Amino acid sequence: MTKKPGINQAKADNQVDTNIKSNNKNSNGTIKKAKMSKSTRDNMITYGIVPIAFIIVQILEAGNLISNLMSGLLVSFCIYIILAVSLNLTVGILGELSLGHAGFMCLGAFTSAFFSKCTVDVITFAPLRFILALLIGAAVAGLAGILIGLPVLRLKGDYLAIVTLAFGEIIKNVINALYVGRDQNGFHASLKDALSLNMTDDGEVIIDGALGIIGTPRDSSLLVGVLLILLTLFIVLNLIKSRDGRAIMSIRDNLIAAESVGINITKYKLMAFSISAALAGVAGVLYAHNLNSLAATTRNFGYNMSIMILVFVVLGGIGNIRGSMIAAVVLTLLPELLRGLDKYRMLIYAVVLILMMLFNWSPKIVAWRKQHTTRYFINKIFRRELKPANIDQNTADQNKGGQ
Amino acid sequence: MISFISYLINGISLGSIYAIIALGYTMVYGIAKMLNFAHGDVIMVGGFTIFWTVSTQGMSPLIAIPLAVVLCTILGVTIEYIAYRPLRQAASSLVVLITAIGVSYFLQNLALLIFGANPKSFDSMIPVPPMQLLDGQITILGETTVTVISCLIIMGGLSLFIKKSRPGQAMLAVSEDKGAAQLMGINVNKTISLTFAIGSGLAAIAGLLLCSAYPTLSPYIGSMPGIKAFVAAVFGGIGSIPGALIGGLLLGIVEILGRAYISSQMADVIVFLVLILVLLIKPTGILGKKLQEKV
Repeated sequence: MTKKPGINQAKADNQVDTNIKSNNKNSNGTIKKAKMSKSTRDNMITYGIVPIAFIIVQILEAGNLISNLMSGLLVSFCIYIILAVSLNLTVGILGELSLGHAGFMCLGAFTSAFFSKCTVDVITFAPLRFILALLIGAAVAGLAGILIGLPVLRLKGDYLAIVTLAFGEIIKNVINALYVGRDQNGFHASLKDALSLNMTDDGEVIIDGALGIIGTPRDSSLLVGVLLILLTLFIVLNLIKSRDGRAIMSIRDNLIAAESVGINITKYKLMAFSISAALAGVAGVLYAHNLNSLAATTRNFGYNMSIMILVFVVLGGIGNIRGSMIAAVVLTLLPELLRGLDKYRMLIYAVVLILMMLFNWSPKIVAWRKQHTTRYFINKIFRRELKPANIDQNTADQNKGGQ
Repeated sequence: MISFISYLINGISLGSIYAIIALGYTMVYGIAKMLNFAHGDVIMVGGFTIFWTVSTQGMSPLIAIPLAVVLCTILGVTIEYIAYRPLRQAASSLVVLITAIGVSYFLQNLALLIFGANPKSFDSMIPVPPMQLLDGQITILGETTVTVISCLIIMGGLSLFIKKSRPGQAMLAVSEDKGAAQLMGINVNKTISLTFAIGSGLAAIAGLLLCSAYPTLSPYIGSMPGIKAFVAAVFGGIGSIPGALIGGLLLGIVEILGRAYISSQMADVIVFLVLILVLLIKPTGILGKKLQEKV
């Protein structure tokens, strides 16, 4: 079990290298054409994984080969993938650490569930209602991203991290204390309790404080999730490839240099941050419509969730979209696969997490791994000498890739 | 007015605990430039050690407390050696952050496995009688007195240690510039280990004080105070020891007053809002040094 994610990870690592290499080359006009095709091919693989995985799951489901528990998790996979890919936009592409991603997801979830619950009798055509809810959830989360990002993105590094964490907690706690009801006079809101809404008799409480929203129509399904993943990938991968994406990455690589060539730092930081927030809102919409009752708890929208998403991103390779997807699935699956170990599963999960981080990132282990590749063993068996220059080249590449 | 003063005293008491925890964060951050997310869980380990030795083994608190401090110190140094040191040269500082989260999960689940998820009631270990002020209108609990005094002693002792002793000076040097410190013959690895040792030892004391003031014990007890204390460290300017004191006290007072006068549900919201306001006005915290940008 410990082996499998390791292999995925090693693949993902190489992916980071190639990604960064191709980024470097992209800016260099002469080799652009050849490399563009490589990045397009890379993107095609990233897109391709999703429908292939979907088809495999459909076949397995038709053959009754997956357990009930697992099929219940399928939409969760989609949610986590969208979250991981969108956070990677902030962390990997923009290069800023955000610990408030769950807050944006929370906003998307609650606004969309609110909308769906209010219009469930008005708009009876479910797909249309869901699309509208999706747009609203994404727009509100994205808007919150702009409002929060505008003052906060001036901060750097760990300060930004702690402020985003604070915003995430604020959003969660405010929603937990929020009561919204509707009666013939319109909407009423209160931060105290349901009684202070002062509604007439026909009034209905829609957001009931810590109990949240009950009775959201369950419009999410695996197909919807997969489509939304593809949409997210389309937005993020195209952004990375575009002129704007290169501007964002230049801010990550060297802020002062980017500023001095006339890149509007605030604009591009806000662009990446708000798109990332809007996509987190999309994941929230998917989440809200996958459950009957939606409540903001520490488990689903607290900082632990934000950290969990960050774990996906870092383990999958910072800046590597495909890696984020794989890590999200593997790490969501891992505790379920370890369920047989009962009490020990989260302990093992923690150990695996630490070991994976050490295996992937410790400079000594990485250097050792680069030397002990398959080729090394083949050479050893056939008693061939390894060219020292070859190893040096590998480690140099690795160092460059890690930056 | 009387109730205001007693809230203020409660706030100072809570703030002192935050300040002691924040010290651990701030020292480690100052030297290793990493957020040690597992720090909150070291507090929990300290609390459980004292609980276990006193309640189930029947030992005297006078033995249990030093034992907890020693155990947490060893734990902190071991964590640093196994999980953080190999990654110190890693390209991204995020990597150590995630490993720290892994360590945090590990400690929480280990405690869950050993002691179970049910909260334990923790008898206060502090035998100081409460004080009565203004004809009994204000009562200061023994725990509060001990917390505030130990916080002040720790702050003073630590400031002296860093200013006057050679290892303290080495810490200062390493936090300024690791490479240059190494060239001057300072053993960087040992200095970082020492920092973790001090921070974790303080975490054990913080665990004792936290569990005495809020007498329940569960595997997750360390995480929220840990986050709050980290906020306090950022508040005061991370890396600065007086900053941790000011930040901790301010945070404790804001939290208790917010809970008393505005809304108990919104107390955390108020705490975080104040943090954001402070950081927007002074982006490196109250006592934080201004960062210089190198071109």
